[in-house]
Amino acid sequence: MLLYLGRRMIAGLVLFIVSSLITFLLLSMSFDNIIATRLGPGATPEQIADMAARLGMDRPVLIQYLDWLGGLFRGDMGTSFFTGADVMSQLPQRISVTLSVVLPALTLSAIVAVLLGVWAASRGGWVDKVCQGFSLIGNLIPNLLVAIGLVMLFAIELGWLPATGFVPMEQDFGGWLRSITIPVITIFIGGAANIANQVRGTMIDELRKDYIRTLRTRGVSPRAILLKHALRNAAGPAVTVLGLTFITMFGGALIIEQVFALHGFGTFAFTAATSGDYTVMLGVMSVGIGLTVGMNLLVDIVNGWLNPKARVY
Amino acid sequence: MATDEARKSVLHRLLRDPQAVITASILLATIALGLLANVLPQHGPNDVVFGNVNLPTGSPGYPFGANQLGQDIFARVLHSINTAWVSALIGASVALVVGTTFGLIGGYFTRLRSGVEWVFTVVMTLPGILLLILLMPLTGGDFRATMLIYGFLMSPGVYRIVRNQTIGVSKELYVDAAKVSGVTHTRILFRHILSVVRGPIIIATSFLTGTAIGVQAGLAFLGVGSAEIASFGGMISQGFRAINIDPMQFIWPSIFLGLITANIVLFGNALRDALEGSRPKPQKITATQTTEGFSAEVSGPADELAVLQVRDLGIAYKSPAGVLNEVVRGVNLTIRQGETIGLVGESGSGKTQTAFGILGVLPLEAKVTRGSVRIEGNECLGAPEPVLRALRGNTIAYVPQEPMSNLDPVYTIGSQLVEGIRAADGCTKPEARERAIELLGRVGIPNPQRVFKSYPHEISGGMAQRVLIAGAVASRPKILIADEPTTALDVTVQAEILDLLRELQEEMNMAIIMVTHNFGVVADICDRIAVMKQGQIVETGQIEELFANPSHEYTKMLLDSILDEDTIRTDPPVRQGANQ
Repeated sequence: MLLYLGRRMIAGLVLFIVSSLITFLLLSMSFDNIIATRLGPGATPEQIADMAARLGMDRPVLIQYLDWLGGLFRGDMGTSFFTGADVMSQLPQRISVTLSVVLPALTLSAIVAVLLGVWAASRGGWVDKVCQGFSLIGNLIPNLLVAIGLVMLFAIELGWLPATGFVPMEQDFGGWLRSITIPVITIFIGGAANIANQVRGTMIDELRKDYIRTLRTRGVSPRAILLKHALRNAAGPAVTVLGLTFITMFGGALIIEQVFALHGFGTFAFTAATSGDYTVMLGVMSVGIGLTVGMNLLVDIVNGWLNPKARVY
Repeated sequence: MATDEARKSVLHRLLRDPQAVITASILLATIALGLLANVLPQHGPNDVVFGNVNLPTGSPGYPFGANQLGQDIFARVLHSINTAWVSALIGASVALVVGTTFGLIGGYFTRLRSGVEWVFTVVMTLPGILLLILLMPLTGGDFRATMLIYGFLMSPGVYRIVRNQTIGVSKELYVDAAKVSGVTHTRILFRHILSVVRGPIIIATSFLTGTAIGVQAGLAFLGVGSAEIASFGGMISQGFRAINIDPMQFIWPSIFLGLITANIVLFGNALRDALEGSRPKPQKITATQTTEGFSAEVSGPADELAVLQVRDLGIAYKSPAGVLNEVVRGVNLTIRQGETIGLVGESGSGKTQTAFGILGVLPLEAKVTRGSVRIEGNECLGAPEPVLRALRGNTIAYVPQEPMSNLDPVYTIGSQLVEGIRAADGCTKPEARERAIELLGRVGIPNPQRVFKSYPHEISGGMAQRVLIAGAVASRPKILIADEPTTALDVTVQAEILDLLRELQEEMNMAIIMVTHNFGVVADICDRIAVMKQGQIVETGQIEELFANPSHEYTKMLLDSILDEDTIRTDPPVRQGANQ
């Protein structure tokens, strides 16, 4: 298991480096644009070249990347191209806003989806219809419309909850809860629909396997068969989907943040990208890739724990 | 030719499915509306008329009204439809072309697989929508460029599907045959493999289309891209800001966006049903076997000495048309203590269904139509599950055919044995543990302590079959149903397993029902034999009598088909193509 862990971690690190290199190369293609925009329309090519030299952008891209990567490993992401603020120190606060919406939504999705999926797969009948209907509705309507629909209903029509804004948890817990309710429900609907469908599908497949029948012929209780055997076997794919859902939620939170005026990570990224604040963009990129790689690593570890066969690889 | 037929029938099924027809019509209608975007409205999408700011829905020349800039909402909706479909087209095509190409390469050329795999693993770590945002300085927010990149980001999904399918098909014999006979790789890929992976690709495409449209709308909502290009996201964002002036400005684009994405999903589902057939349904493991039109009337008297008596057992499955087809048709079987009976017949004759029916573990789709199953005089058909559960393991036990798939892969051998023992007679964990290790030794496993701690994938097939036998006999059952217990094993191991079963039978005085198609096994171990054909028992008898003097034609045929060195086949070889 330790060997497995070590191998996965090294693979994750290599992935991070390759993936961030690709993104860096893509971003570097627009460095000239960014400088030109910064200097304004009247800038001469000399001025642009001068600024590029000052920022070290005249060096080979690979050197620039290594320079940036070295900084990253030292915990230095540079300062904002516009405000001069330290990038690294701004990130935690922005990430925490997004996570405080995404994590509750993910937890809620996972709980509801597993309960619904397992129940539907083992009972069938109307429970199954409810589960399938729920998954369908969750997939049918774009998140954007769900978000706006919920705002219109709960905030504008009923006036129960604030439409926009974010209250930090440590400042006012009740206010925080109220401020995240609609965004969390929005993200939850899409996420739970996907996971429930996945859990239902794998549980159905699992319950039809030979070993389940053999366990039944031994007189093992249906509850143990369902929860101890089938669910543990079905948990692997479910955890994988949960990991993917987290990544999608975190990336997609951008739109939710915009609708609800939450100043989270997505908004941070968006503002930086529209203004061409490339140091912030690079910081955002490393967080995005880091989260994906980290999540995949976590999924691998959990799967390795769940399924002894997976540890071999 | 066969694929043409299949394609035709898929199309037929789609045309007969109202969900497919309705959703496809709606989607086509939106496309048609989009194509008429420059014809139907009286204004261009970007025409600004200041006098017409915030015109209500239904105003002359402005059927959907005008927005805060005085632009025709109808015109903008139609142009947004085009934007949406173009996004879908670009995103889905890129994902499809990239994913399919590399999926075929990675699946077919084993040597290139790990390299291709790596590339897609990297693509999967690229931060999705975030990346699209970060690349704005490069793409200028243009939705076509953005969707091109998004296509790449979606390609790993397609790649996975195609790769898995291709790996599956590449193992098929006809692909091997094509390779051996010198057909070029490209020809094999295009002729044989692409035709198989086509179905899953089509399904994936429909969902990619929906995702692309949703993402494009989301980005436009954020304000990515030029305001000149009409897009649902942009219109919704604009309408949302004017929600207090006229909610219709927001509702029109929402309706159309919702209509398109919802219908894509619904059409995708219909497409999947048509291409893949009905999906597996939930399996109730808590319920007793379903009976339908059940008749408990049985012929013949109850045999008081029998440990198991099956009379007139009927098991049926519903055809797609809803008709019940009996696969087991009135089976009678009586077995006494210590007796071994061979249930023989070719595959599909209903042997295994009979076995499952007796054990009460038929799949949900099966219906018990008639008859009686008595274990030690107690009727089991229709008995509640807890009653049957108490019998299983204790009185009646089962040894499956395929050893590996009948062990739960995620638990150790030991924990599975302990669980079974405790379920059957409720002893304590240490007791069960001790007994499990003892049993493993008893069934001839050389190192019981080690195997006890092993996972199923760490032991061989023959070993696994011994484990399953140990599990079955753990609570000294009176009846053991062995469903082709040696078929999946090597010949040398087969004989050992039969010896083991015989020994255990003598030791525990069990009655054994040996389900098999192998007369060698029957001759080796059985006292009596029951020959099954098309769901019925056509002949029963003592083994010597039946071997010496078979009365039923089918039995004679089965006996004749045994191959040994002494018989020389005199029948003519099967004509080529006779099976096609």
